[in-house]
Amino acid sequence: MSDVKIKIIDRDQVSHEVDAPTDMNMNLMEVVRSYELAPEGTIGICGGMAMCASCQCYVLSDHVLPEKSDDEEAMLSEAFNVNANSRLGCQIHITPALDGLKVELAPEEL
Amino acid sequence: MIKTDILIIGAGPTGLFAVFEAGLLKLRCHLIDALAQPGGQCSEIYPKKPIYDIPGFPEVLAGELVDNLMEQIKPFQPGFTLGERADTLEKLDDGTFVVTTNKGTKHHAPIVAIAGGLGSFEPRKPQLENLKKFEDNGISYIIRDPEVYRDKKVLIAGGGDSALDWSIFLADVAKEVTLVHRRNEFRGALDSVEKVQELKNKGKINLITPAEVIALKGDQKLEGLIVENTATKEQTEVAVDNFIPLFGLSPKLGPLADWGLAIEKNAIKVDNTLDYQTNIPGVYAIGDVNTYPGKLKLILCGFHEATLMCQSAYQRIHPDKKYVMKYTTVGGVEGFDGSKKEAPKAVVKTIE
Repeated sequence: MSDVKIKIIDRDQVSHEVDAPTDMNMNLMEVVRSYELAPEGTIGICGGMAMCASCQCYVLSDHVLPEKSDDEEAMLSEAFNVNANSRLGCQIHITPALDGLKVELAPEEL
Repeated sequence: MIKTDILIIGAGPTGLFAVFEAGLLKLRCHLIDALAQPGGQCSEIYPKKPIYDIPGFPEVLAGELVDNLMEQIKPFQPGFTLGERADTLEKLDDGTFVVTTNKGTKHHAPIVAIAGGLGSFEPRKPQLENLKKFEDNGISYIIRDPEVYRDKKVLIAGGGDSALDWSIFLADVAKEVTLVHRRNEFRGALDSVEKVQELKNKGKINLITPAEVIALKGDQKLEGLIVENTATKEQTEVAVDNFIPLFGLSPKLGPLADWGLAIEKNAIKVDNTLDYQTNIPGVYAIGDVNTYPGKLKLILCGFHEATLMCQSAYQRIHPDKKYVMKYTTVGGVEGFDGSKKEAPKAVVKTIE
């Protein structure tokens, strides 16, 4: 069992530092859900297929993340509140390289 | 008034399978769904994605699963109210229910089974000032009657199939068609993308990319839009009569939330020790829409919940009848359409 520390600023601007496992095949959206940092039904709606933007987050630290897939790129092009540092949490796999990652959850689409 | 035994709200996999289990108990079902076709998320969001955890199917496409379920329930002749959202639930003095849709269609049943998944799919709306003001005065999210746009100046925003297809269609109807998308790439069927390219070259579609609509102009009705190039930040005003944002659909629990049901974590609380009944006797919630300790939002769990719900519904409808569960391998499947499926009888013949 190996964990990395990730800082997540929730939609109410509250900062949380959480342990995320690197050996559980988890992505960032699932980490947010497992700590219930956003209400169920408001994040990870499509289940992690990059087909909704409910897990959009802004990457605040300068970690090098894997390139966006075409699906993620296309989804972000239709999402709202998108910035240059926007990513879909469900497409970010938790790896040891992410230790110290800092992200902020994008506002919920209403 | 549509009458049935079990009124199912939501025609996703769980709702569809409930029709089968109810049919084995000779109970008839009617389904309401806000989408135009059955299948729920499986048809709307990911029809081409494979699912690997349906028991007995090592791999099945979500769209195929829906086709199979429709085939499986066909003998039980379910009714459908599609393209309408269930808006209100009314309990009558005799304990039965009337559910009315947003279009006023009324349904009457002794049992209501909510299989609503994540809620009803509503158009995603752009976040623009004064959006509400123009919603009936130039902005629409769904094209119901293309003739409305004849000889009008129309701007469509979006990068998916519906944005492409409607731009192509309206190019022959409207006076002017402008298509705005945040990227230069479109994700749609290849021939649609090529057709838009061709119409753009002929000057029949005015394509603006990468860009987005950032403001609405007009007094009483919509008169123009401010379009900003996302790369250069350059802004242009486009005069329009109609603005059609086509950004896909997103699910909303919606009116269900006001039915007096106990809700927790955006889902309906049910009794998972027995029959998935809600706090309103006679109203059940099955599949992704419900919650209970240990809940998993899996299709296979929805199937199980639908099965137990039907047993409980049978008891409510027929309190005096005794019932013993029959295996389909033993009892076969007798449809309301007169069809009968059963295991072939073994041949008894002497070998000489």
